[in-house]
Amino acid sequence: MDIVQIVLIGIVATLLHIILKDINPSFAFFIILITSILLLIIVIKQIGLIIQLLHSLGNKASVNSFYVETILKIIGIAYITELGSNITKDAGLSSVASKIELAGKIFILLLAIPIISAVVEVILNFIPASTAPF
Amino acid sequence: MLLDATILFQIAGIGIITALIHTVLKQVGKEDIAQFVSLVGFIIVLVIVIHHLADLFQQIKSVFLLKGF
Repeated sequence: MDIVQIVLIGIVATLLHIILKDINPSFAFFIILITSILLLIIVIKQIGLIIQLLHSLGNKASVNSFYVETILKIIGIAYITELGSNITKDAGLSSVASKIELAGKIFILLLAIPIISAVVEVILNFIPASTAPF
Repeated sequence: MLLDATILFQIAGIGIITALIHTVLKQVGKEDIAQFVSLVGFIIVLVIVIHHLADLFQQIKSVFLLKGF
């Protein structure tokens, strides 16, 4: 049962954090950081399997692999941004955390530009040329 | 699957020992050496954590095909 181990790691980290908080606050922060890194490393291996499933499904449905890869990149950016902003918020720097979130949103929008422009072009093709604006 | 939870206890141990040495040196009266010991403990833990963080980012990059970022 992996989930039991993950929950136990969380509880042990909480206890160590409570002990260290009074004696050495900087090390208590490192405990938080290393716990989230450990849990994410465990989860990322399982995510890899799910991603492989998504790839094979996309190949069977003959979806253009460019779109699938864009979605995967967006999910990856979201994970990294979430980790960074949560850790920064835990350390008490909520303004830096909001800047990290802003940067993540901007990069996600940047990755989505080709898809958005493709959608707009398809919509413009639907409109007949005779009803051109003005 | 055996998870690598020893690093948690390692960091907590280093923290407690550093705090102990810091207190003892302060009692003796060597304030500057106490500060130095705290700094060295901090750097050791920082190196461990940065190593794991780089590992995690590398794995995220390889799973999510983030090559150019």
